[in-house]
Amino acid sequence: MNKEVKRGFRDGIPIALGYFAVSFSLGITMVSAGLTAAEGTVMSLTNLTSAGEFAGVRVIAASGTILEMILTQLIINLRYSLMSLSLSQKIDPKARFWHKLVIAFGNTDEIFAVAMNHQKSLTIKYMAALQCLPVIGWTSGTFLGIVACNLLPERLSIALNVMLYGMFIAIVVPVAKKSKPVLAVCVAAISLSCLFRYVPGLNTISEGLAITVCTVAAAVFGAIVFPVKQEEKQEDET
Amino acid sequence: MNIYIYILVMAVVTYLIRALPLTLIRGKIKNRFFRSFLYYVPYACLMAMTFPAVFYGNYSPWAALAGVAVALVLAIRGKNLLIVAGAASVTVFLFSFIPV
Repeated sequence: MNKEVKRGFRDGIPIALGYFAVSFSLGITMVSAGLTAAEGTVMSLTNLTSAGEFAGVRVIAASGTILEMILTQLIINLRYSLMSLSLSQKIDPKARFWHKLVIAFGNTDEIFAVAMNHQKSLTIKYMAALQCLPVIGWTSGTFLGIVACNLLPERLSIALNVMLYGMFIAIVVPVAKKSKPVLAVCVAAISLSCLFRYVPGLNTISEGLAITVCTVAAAVFGAIVFPVKQEEKQEDET
Repeated sequence: MNIYIYILVMAVVTYLIRALPLTLIRGKIKNRFFRSFLYYVPYACLMAMTFPAVFYGNYSPWAALAGVAVALVLAIRGKNLLIVAGAASVTVFLFSFIPV
């Protein structure tokens, strides 16, 4: 096997294992939103993004409008455009156009981080191999999560619904612990989100739109009050 | 509405976000405000989706409160993603046996 291909597969293993666990809980969340195993599996295979899919599932569960779905996805996944931009600087200059189209498909937070860590310029061989196992892990995890949730006793599957929230907390807390600005942005986002839930009038606004507004407002607040240093890397995100 | 239409819209929007900068734009984003904004988006989004929604599942809010508390303590202590998530679930599961 080509050296770059081998390296790509090897680098993808830990990502794939992590993805399996997260998408398993995503699958459980999908069941409570009324998605079938086929729908959930197709969503994971074609989207490959945890926060984006979770928000999408919530829009679907609330029978939101298409415009709402577009807005939600646009805001929540906007960070990928920045990663793609960084990635474009590191791609092998000989890469063809379709190579870039393939590389773009699998540009998730984790794959981006690993790719930026790769010592050489990024070839299609390395990138396609790197993406392969995480895509399989992500998609199969979703599928099995949905199937398992339908088989498990109700008491257990209800409790497993908390898993994804637990993961979100586990992703954010270590960063917020080290960075006061991130902590402030999180507090702002949570406060706004509570306003949309409890304040009469505001609580009639649909969930997808509310998440979008909270995200934009809290991130704008952070960008104004705590602008990040120019050389700050985006690699520690999830 | 057919759920596959939603899924298609999600997939197209997400793919365009990933593919357009990679294929069309050359050069780096220099704008400090925009870079900062994008840096904060994931954290803001995850927290806005978690709170207060986590308290409104098919379980009692007390169970959720206990689960969140366990997750927070373990996450602050730097425990692994799966341990944090698993412990939160186990807590909610155990609470479901307590009649409230």
